[in-house]
Amino acid sequence: MEFKDNQAIYLQIGDYVCEQILLGRWNEGERILSVRELGVALEVNPNTVLRTFDFLQSIEIIFNKRGVGYFVVEQAKSKIIEYRRKQFLENELPVIFRSMEILGMKIEDLNQQYKIYLKSNP
Amino acid sequence: MIKIKNLEFSYNRKTRLLSDLNLQLEAGHIHGLLGKNGEGKSTLLKLISGLVFPTQGEICVMGFEPRKRHPEMLQEIFFLPEELPQILLSIENYEKVYAPFYPKFNSEQFDNYLKEFEIDSKKSALNKLSQGQKKKVFIAFGLATNTKLLLMDEPSNGLDIPSKGQFRRMVASAIDDERCLVISTHQVRDLDSLIDGIIIMEGHEIVFNEPIENITKKLLFKVVDRNESNDTEIYSEDSLRGRYQVSENITGEESKLDIELLFNAVIANKNRVKNLFSTKNN
Repeated sequence: MEFKDNQAIYLQIGDYVCEQILLGRWNEGERILSVRELGVALEVNPNTVLRTFDFLQSIEIIFNKRGVGYFVVEQAKSKIIEYRRKQFLENELPVIFRSMEILGMKIEDLNQQYKIYLKSNP
Repeated sequence: MIKIKNLEFSYNRKTRLLSDLNLQLEAGHIHGLLGKNGEGKSTLLKLISGLVFPTQGEICVMGFEPRKRHPEMLQEIFFLPEELPQILLSIENYEKVYAPFYPKFNSEQFDNYLKEFEIDSKKSALNKLSQGQKKKVFIAFGLATNTKLLLMDEPSNGLDIPSKGQFRRMVASAIDDERCLVISTHQVRDLDSLIDGIIIMEGHEIVFNEPIENITKKLLFKVVDRNESNDTEIYSEDSLRGRYQVSENITGEESKLDIELLFNAVIANKNRVKNLFSTKNN
């Protein structure tokens, strides 16, 4: 896996796991790869994956059954979306707003673009 | 796993290579050993494995003193040197001769690693292999010994592009709570997702030894505006994206550790970094 420069690796792995769940590759209620398996697959230290799993547990997207492994919680998808929305509003949107400010653009200027986007991605 | 106290070492009487070196390493981690050329990284690995002896100070490895070369200690250490030895045996015969020294050696594992590295025949003579292939054989052998301590000096040197990923997968599968890996390297980008503790050697001693979790808790790695000035900055480099900066992490934001930038920051501003990490308030 290629990692980006601007975010801690364990959080990037968290995004990867969330993506697998949203795309339906990993299903709600089912067991996911073990810490070691995911570490090997992504070529990262299993300790880092463990940190990811601790984090995903704390925001209630996965849970640990002692001695069995990690499972996706029921309702994980809606929890991920809720979490991602919060991330988008707090982290990504301010960057876009800043660019708009520099370029002297107003929010109305985006409307037209958004309509074009919706048309080409029905 | 490893405890070193006030270690001193020199190869000759005139120059001292290591002095008053202290280091403590625990199992369950992959430690990256960094330092400029000639700082004594390889020598430190040799001292730990009992290949050279300290002039002064103490080294304790799994409860043993390496200079005594106690068999119980040696069977739990594998050292992969940067310069591989000249060996006339075939891979198969090398295994026959050397594997018995390691009680936990697993032949099946060795075969699997060789297969992953695309080394097809164990009948090949080691000295007929290319430098890179030979390195692969020794990496595979070293991982298959299942020793508690695995020391690797520049393991990714000479490996081709696909085998760097193979190497990372193998090491990720090999580490567990009982094992301790120390990897000395200049190729930090090869191993950056694998290492979870950073050791930096400079000026005869260890100037930095911290787990990654701690590093990103105390330091922030970020691209900032060229003109932005702040007194939390420890070190910065100009890049195309702006000023790439290491600063004190006062907001608790989590950034991605950049090992090269950290290394340069530690070398440039040793005392400030030292002070930052010695305050054990959080």
